[in-house]
Amino acid sequence: MKRMMEGSIAVAHIVARCRPSVIPAYPITPSTHIPEELSRLQPKYGYEFITVESEHSALSAAIGASVAGSRTFTATSSQGLLYMHEVLFNASGMRLPIVMVVANRAIGAPLNIWNDWQDSISQRDAGWIQLYCKNNQETADTVIQAYKIAEKTDLPVMVCFEGYYLTHEVCEVDLPEQEEIDSFLPPFKPKLFLDTDNPMSFGTFFPPKYYQGVREKHHDDLLASAGTISEVASEFAKKFGRVQHALLEAYGPSDAETVFVTMGSLAENTEVAVDELRTEKKNAGLLRVKCMRPFPAELLAKALSKAKRIIVLEKDVSVGSGGVLALEVRAALHCETPVVSVVCGLGGKDVPVGEIKKTFDAKKDLWL
Amino acid sequence: MAEDLFIKGHNACAGCGCALCMRWVLNTLGKDTVVANATGCMEVVSTQYPASSWGVPYVHSVFANAAAVASGVTRAFRKQGRSKDTVVAIGGDGSTYDIGFGTLSGAMERNEDMIYVCYDNEAYANTGVQRSGATPFASATTTSPQEIGGKHEWKKNLAFIAAAHGIPYVATASVGFLPDLEKKLLKAKAMKGFRLIVVYAPCTLGWRIPADKMVEVARMAVNTGLWNLFEIEDGKFSMSAKPTLEPVDGYLRMQGRFKHLTAEQIRFIQEHARATRLELEKLEASGVNVGRIL
Repeated sequence: MKRMMEGSIAVAHIVARCRPSVIPAYPITPSTHIPEELSRLQPKYGYEFITVESEHSALSAAIGASVAGSRTFTATSSQGLLYMHEVLFNASGMRLPIVMVVANRAIGAPLNIWNDWQDSISQRDAGWIQLYCKNNQETADTVIQAYKIAEKTDLPVMVCFEGYYLTHEVCEVDLPEQEEIDSFLPPFKPKLFLDTDNPMSFGTFFPPKYYQGVREKHHDDLLASAGTISEVASEFAKKFGRVQHALLEAYGPSDAETVFVTMGSLAENTEVAVDELRTEKKNAGLLRVKCMRPFPAELLAKALSKAKRIIVLEKDVSVGSGGVLALEVRAALHCETPVVSVVCGLGGKDVPVGEIKKTFDAKKDLWL
Repeated sequence: MAEDLFIKGHNACAGCGCALCMRWVLNTLGKDTVVANATGCMEVVSTQYPASSWGVPYVHSVFANAAAVASGVTRAFRKQGRSKDTVVAIGGDGSTYDIGFGTLSGAMERNEDMIYVCYDNEAYANTGVQRSGATPFASATTTSPQEIGGKHEWKKNLAFIAAAHGIPYVATASVGFLPDLEKKLLKAKAMKGFRLIVVYAPCTLGWRIPADKMVEVARMAVNTGLWNLFEIEDGKFSMSAKPTLEPVDGYLRMQGRFKHLTAEQIRFIQEHARATRLELEKLEASGVNVGRIL
């Protein structure tokens, strides 16, 4: 049913309908409306709601619930995600299918509560699937898919959507009903769990002879999860009659000469910029990266094979190196096509359509 | 005790008090026990792939989060209706008194249904015996060396800090008094909510004692009043043993970590042991509910 709803509230309702058994929660702006709504929904759905004492503990309790064989969920932002850092690696290393929503926010110092992608981009090496959504409908639909992807691949999934721009945006969303979600997402059946009839040890100590092999397998499986992400997206489209892109989304003609590459809700403003540029007879296109991990390098190189110039717009920076998405794009292309990196929108700095259009002629990396 | 659930084959040091503690905890609680273990000696010596010494389901995550992982486990079990399983979080003193202290406090404040066992060997033994919040006054460690006179501060009073959370059961125990430990574990197992047992467990390496003196040292800590055995049940404090206090000198002299002590420091420690015992007896006689002093 379509309803006008705040993004965070829509996410909370969809999470509840995915039937998690345990939800550890810790408040941090701008993700807080999600656990607040989940606490209100608890009596209706009956999940265990744990008001833990930190984000570190939120993900730790999610690990406990998951390894005990239950579906789980948590949400966070910014410093909270950074506070979880060591636990992120632990969750993915143990191959636990945890789903977490990240309401993207800048990180300090200086302190800033507004949006950019620095928090989750800084966690890109943590071994999670990372999906960046461009609007609230896509975020809600991606959460449903995330559980299926996680439980098929034994990998945790981070669903990222932008603080305030999306978390607090009130717009129309079509939230699938309980029965529809139940028929898409079967109950969680863990292969291994803390079972007294079959006692096993999880998260143990691996000496050099074995450790690297585990990392290699994790890497291979994360790369291979792109296939599952695509399959689940197709299945979702078939079931719900709504296409949500799996890895990449192309906008504009496939032979555009200048192609913008971006992620998240910045893509919506860039779509408008592309439309306006095209009415001005400028041959612009857009490629949105939805899936940052695994990075769809081959698909991206193919999608950009006709581009003469690429402009990467992103709300993050690897300080001392440059825009992270631009680094990934350059590494994926293996060719001479010029790639201009535009770092913009940090800490909530507005990125209006007019400013995006101005980067069309940019010759070198810049901060917008 | 029918079967050994902390199975031989771990590579703890000979005479390890903590490994003895693990064996007693698991064998007493039985096979319907699920363990969430913090990083530390007991994890490192018992889980080296492809082997594991744990005869019960076991999870290790990181150093600071055993109580949080166990919170997730115990809630999942409640939702699944697995009521017969006992969830046990296990951490050393570094994990429990220090890095995981906030996590422990959170789980106690929520009164999560678990037993938390802290094996207290009074230092970060796993990383080479550094000073922790549980290291006693004057004890030399690799970061409170004898060159500075050992540790300058007293040990944190974990049991009373825990009791101030108003949890149903807090106890101290020692691997020198296994029947007492066993009794407390069985009592804790029969209860619901958060139960904490702090077990004094000498580290032969860190305390610089011979392996065959481990149990004797553990007993002398109690007999000198430097480790007191007690319970705080629903806030009510009771001493489990009131030995006639022996001089601390013999206990301290047995251990390399106290080798550098001056006569004045020993007198100071002696006075501390005596005064502590007096206060505990006063508390016991008063009937004050420790969990309700809010």
